[in-house]
Amino acid sequence: MSFSITEPTPRAKWISGTLVITYALITLIPLVWIFMTGFKTPPDSISYPPKVFYEPSLEGYVNLFTTRTRVSPEALDALPPPANFAEEIVRNRNMVIAGPSKFGERFMNSVIIGFGSTFLSIFLGTLAAYAFSRFKIPLADDLLFFILSTRMMPPIAVAIPIFLMYRNLGLSDTHLGMILLYTAVNISLAVWLLKGFIDEIPREYEEAALIDGYTRFQAFYKVVLPQAATGIASTAIFCLIFAWNEYAFAVLLTSGTAQTAPPFIPTIIGVGGLDWPAVAAGATIFLLPVMIFTILLRKHLLRGITFGAVRK
Amino acid sequence: MAEIVIKNVRKEFGDFVAVKESSFTIEDGEFFMLLGPSGCGKTTTLRMIAGLELPTSGEIFLDGEEISQRPPSQRDIAFVFQMFALYPHMNVRKNISYPLISQGMPKAQVKAKVDEIAGILGIGDILNRPVGGLSGGDRQRVALGRAIVRDPKAFMMDEPLGALDAEFREHMAEELRALHDRMNATTVYVTHDQLEAMQMGDKIVVMNNAVVEQFGTPQEIYDKPATMFVADFIGSPSMNFLPFEGALDAGAASVSLHDQTMSVPQQREAASGRLVFGVRPEHVRLSDAGAYRGEVLASEYLGTTQIVTLETANGPLKARVGSEQVAKVGEKVGLSFRPETVTLFDEASGRALRSELNEGVLAHG
Repeated sequence: MSFSITEPTPRAKWISGTLVITYALITLIPLVWIFMTGFKTPPDSISYPPKVFYEPSLEGYVNLFTTRTRVSPEALDALPPPANFAEEIVRNRNMVIAGPSKFGERFMNSVIIGFGSTFLSIFLGTLAAYAFSRFKIPLADDLLFFILSTRMMPPIAVAIPIFLMYRNLGLSDTHLGMILLYTAVNISLAVWLLKGFIDEIPREYEEAALIDGYTRFQAFYKVVLPQAATGIASTAIFCLIFAWNEYAFAVLLTSGTAQTAPPFIPTIIGVGGLDWPAVAAGATIFLLPVMIFTILLRKHLLRGITFGAVRK
Repeated sequence: MAEIVIKNVRKEFGDFVAVKESSFTIEDGEFFMLLGPSGCGKTTTLRMIAGLELPTSGEIFLDGEEISQRPPSQRDIAFVFQMFALYPHMNVRKNISYPLISQGMPKAQVKAKVDEIAGILGIGDILNRPVGGLSGGDRQRVALGRAIVRDPKAFMMDEPLGALDAEFREHMAEELRALHDRMNATTVYVTHDQLEAMQMGDKIVVMNNAVVEQFGTPQEIYDKPATMFVADFIGSPSMNFLPFEGALDAGAASVSLHDQTMSVPQQREAASGRLVFGVRPEHVRLSDAGAYRGEVLASEYLGTTQIVTLETANGPLKARVGSEQVAKVGEKVGLSFRPETVTLFDEASGRALRSELNEGVLAHG
């Protein structure tokens, strides 16, 4: 029988594969449970013992996207037949749809603020990291430490000063205010992570571009940026996850126009009893963008930074 | 193509002086070697010519134009990096066409030009491959292609063969030299390998500790070293140094080495104190007749020749002699030196003393 150091035996492959899949399944259970709850009826969602097999219903999603009012059975009978499936589901609970809920709006706020602050953090972070990596900057080490020190206490420790400052500046409950706030928190992470990635890119690439007739800035965006794609992708995911999931500041600083999804989803619980399917539906939809973003960028995450065009 | 004149160029990095006032001229079409040990300032000099570093002071003329403070994109000089620095996110064709694209050349013309260059370098079949998977030699050719594609005024090469296997290096050196002869382009080539410099260069500048030690043809540098450093750095095994105490008048044609009179080329300057008698191993002869004697310590067989290591009254000495000659370890043999090849040095300064052998070289060195 042949033996190879690099190629694992089938037995070793089987064992490690089983371990990985088992671990993945265990960690996925809560997600699967949320996904399932989203398609349950409210009674099914709180039944004991918990139901694994049930008749799927869109009630959670209908409740998530609508506001409803209770009407008497007589009034319900007097209405014309339901125009669509949503009306039908709602009327089964002796209610009528009063209008759309705020979820769509709040979700869009999350998208604008999350992606906006991610873009801004990456944009500023890349420029700063490049400068720190390539140029002689007076007090560079102290500046880098200063940037890092902004993360040395939990951001919420400065919640009250920020709250007062935002109120005076008119930034409370605005998209711009939230984008700036999340950018301020993320930028130190972005600068430090990206500096590491850019340090790894040999200077010769830029020098070659300079020699080939390009300006410093052209060399930066035509040669350095493509090389830093891996670093930018992973940094962007980190920034987005923070901005997307952030709850405390969102509760404190937003209430209407700029409220994001995280503070909104719990408020669903309060509307007409414990509506777990609607909460689960909200959570499911809320999870999707980060998941899609990560899947789209996974190619960059998995690829090595340089692949052998410069011998080290 | 162009002539490059370096005038009193100096480069400091903070407190560190990388290159002290250096001057030399690279003539049009020359294959010019910058030779020296690592850290001697040769790469910094090359980077200053290309514009990747700006000199602290001094001037650089390219075809009569002063360019020392211009950005690299305005110098029309190509650079081949030691590690090639091929753009990893582009394939071979894109790498080679990149300098042309920056000039705004029309696409069809770029394609034709790249195909022509690929033909010259023999890489036409790999144009659409990514650069990541290429062999060292092919990467080297692509890097060369990127340099020659735009017909620059001059080429800078920073140890371009340094990243290749020894076996392949020889082949690539020939290819490089052939390419140079075909294009007749002014080329400045940095290396720490004295053999490479001797083999490929039309002219050599030897640098050490941020200073130009000597500048001349390979032959001048080998036969008429201006300093002990050059004599030691060039040649393998390097020149023998036999220190002695003595006094010389201008016009003297012999020195006294351990009470034995040795003929030397007629001296042009007077010197006294600690001097050094420098002779290359191949100019040492073993003969029983010689009155100056040495004891054989070892012998290395090299095929047609052998290197015999001896201990003399003035210190160790190596001789390159025919391998048929018998040199037994422990034996005392007489030594003689070919007088016309001897160089005398002042030990303290390391400088060669002027003689009829080297006065023509030292005058401009």
